[in-house]
Amino acid sequence: MTTPQQDTVPFAPAVAEHDARLAAWPATRHWVLAGVLAIALVLPFVFQGFVVFQLTQVMIYGLAILGLNLLTGFSGQFSVGHGAFYGLGAYVTAILMDRYGVAYYWTLPAAGGVCFVVGTLFGLPALRLRGLYLALVTFAAAVALPQLLKFHGLEGWTGGVQGIVVDQPDVPGFLPIDTDQWLYYFTLAVVLVMFAGASSLVKSRTGRAIMAIRDHEIAAAAMGINAPLYKTLTFGVSALFTGVAGALGALAVQFVAPDSFSLFLSLYFLVGLILGGMGSLPGCLFGGLFVLYVPNIAEEVSRGLAGAIYGVIMLLVIFVMPSGAAGFTRLAFAYVSRWRNR
Amino acid sequence: MQLLLQQVMAGLANGAIYAGMALAVVMIFLAIDHLNFAQGEMATFSAYVAWQLLAWGTPYWVAFVVVVIVSFIGGVAIERILFKPLHHASIFANLVAFFALFSILNSADGYLWDYTIKTFPSPFGTKPLFGSVLIDAHEAGMIVVTAVLLGLLYLFFRGTRLGLAMRAAAANPESARLVGIRVGWMTALGWGIAAAIGAVAGMLIAPVVFLDPNMMFGVLLYGFAGAVLGGLTSPGGAVLGGFAVGIIENLAGTFIPYFGRDLKLTIALLVIVAVLMVRPAGIFGRSVVSRV
Repeated sequence: MTTPQQDTVPFAPAVAEHDARLAAWPATRHWVLAGVLAIALVLPFVFQGFVVFQLTQVMIYGLAILGLNLLTGFSGQFSVGHGAFYGLGAYVTAILMDRYGVAYYWTLPAAGGVCFVVGTLFGLPALRLRGLYLALVTFAAAVALPQLLKFHGLEGWTGGVQGIVVDQPDVPGFLPIDTDQWLYYFTLAVVLVMFAGASSLVKSRTGRAIMAIRDHEIAAAAMGINAPLYKTLTFGVSALFTGVAGALGALAVQFVAPDSFSLFLSLYFLVGLILGGMGSLPGCLFGGLFVLYVPNIAEEVSRGLAGAIYGVIMLLVIFVMPSGAAGFTRLAFAYVSRWRNR
Repeated sequence: MQLLLQQVMAGLANGAIYAGMALAVVMIFLAIDHLNFAQGEMATFSAYVAWQLLAWGTPYWVAFVVVVIVSFIGGVAIERILFKPLHHASIFANLVAFFALFSILNSADGYLWDYTIKTFPSPFGTKPLFGSVLIDAHEAGMIVVTAVLLGLLYLFFRGTRLGLAMRAAAANPESARLVGIRVGWMTALGWGIAAAIGAVAGMLIAPVVFLDPNMMFGVLLYGFAGAVLGGLTSPGGAVLGGFAVGIIENLAGTFIPYFGRDLKLTIALLVIVAVLMVRPAGIFGRSVVSRV
């Protein structure tokens, strides 16, 4: 394709094209999903405690990236501040459990609800601002959150610089597994539900409306789509997903502190999203893997130059797969099927 | 009143540095339409090179000139090696590249010059200016240097053929190429100029905040804020924005009781967001009108 549109953003493919391709290999797709799920169910019995914890973290980061993906990949709005929603969700869980003794599973809807409301409020300035100016507003949120959490006026709730220690969730008595494994399965269940929700949202009438706004807002408005409504709602839903991820993160790490939710967390999410693949749901999990494991790998190669190696790995990935892992897989599949049909 | 004046002057001095960073950010934005997240780390690296030259006994102004030239060449090289291949890639791929550059430079600073905090000399001294309590010589120096820099850039872009060519390449790359301007090299030149401006800002801020690998991070945040406030398409606006951010930050920290001291960055950002609500393209920015 040698159109003049070469530098447009490789978002998710248009819906029709997407469905056509899915129809071509529905069986493969279901087998792959079932296989991945089976592996996910067995993993906690193959690996030891710490690896199980890491895998739980991968899923949590994947979910946080999914939230960002709904906003950036599907709705085309920028955010460099999703770490703030992640932190907000984590703090809602920690405060409810520590100060009010709420059971851990009830804190997830609460965290999601709070983040949805705050996210929708952030969606309001997003109606007037676009691109980098919108990025600045979300960036302000990411910078402000750690300062607010440390602020002495709120210490009664947030515990100030000390943070809050979160109790371990209890394993239901009838299950013969340890806490790490229980947390893994609990996270897996939540993440599955959220991914299924995101997947049906994207395929629904609402999802098509959101993507239409992304592709051409004026044309979408001319077709009768209420752009302001969908844009603010997308912001809210996106914050909800990332907030639930934050709540799960607080349960998994069992500790929240202001400096865990710095601007860098937001940037890691963004990098994970881009390298995983803008507008792809499975790509989010690849992003989660990248965010968790690559800094560790870099650290192992050289302690002194870990940051430089991390940077070089990022560059290699982006030069090899400019549209992320999902785009790369898509291309590879297209290549294979063309080769087969010859 | 005395306190107010003092805080405004201190705000102007900090603002001069934010203005310098904002100017560098706008230079690259005009050339390639992206915000350079690694701008601060490039400036820090330049400041370290200057520190190394000074440690070897080079006179200050010689080191200054050498570092500005080296930074210029470095900026051009980064564009040619790293960002030219990504020219047609998405904005997101570019973002990752910026972040990677940030990470690489930050880590290299720490590796080459270790993470201990270093003092950096000021060419102007730190005595009060003319016996005044309002401002010291280094602060005054920062303001003057920023003003001179802006004047030189204005002359360059308005008065030289090369400046005109750069503006043409930024405004309309296709037409510029048709009249024989080498657009790619104009972009690289923009990177070089931005790196050189960043180097000056880095060398001027280092005596105030001391030299360490993370010294520019906070400054860059303010620089971005200033650039966006002034309008990303307007170098003069970016400089004014930088000064404004410096003043708002200082006044909020001093005069707002209870919240002020802890939350001054937050307050500064809130003010900027409020301004953007009224002027979505920044105060001096051009808003983009698109054809349907």
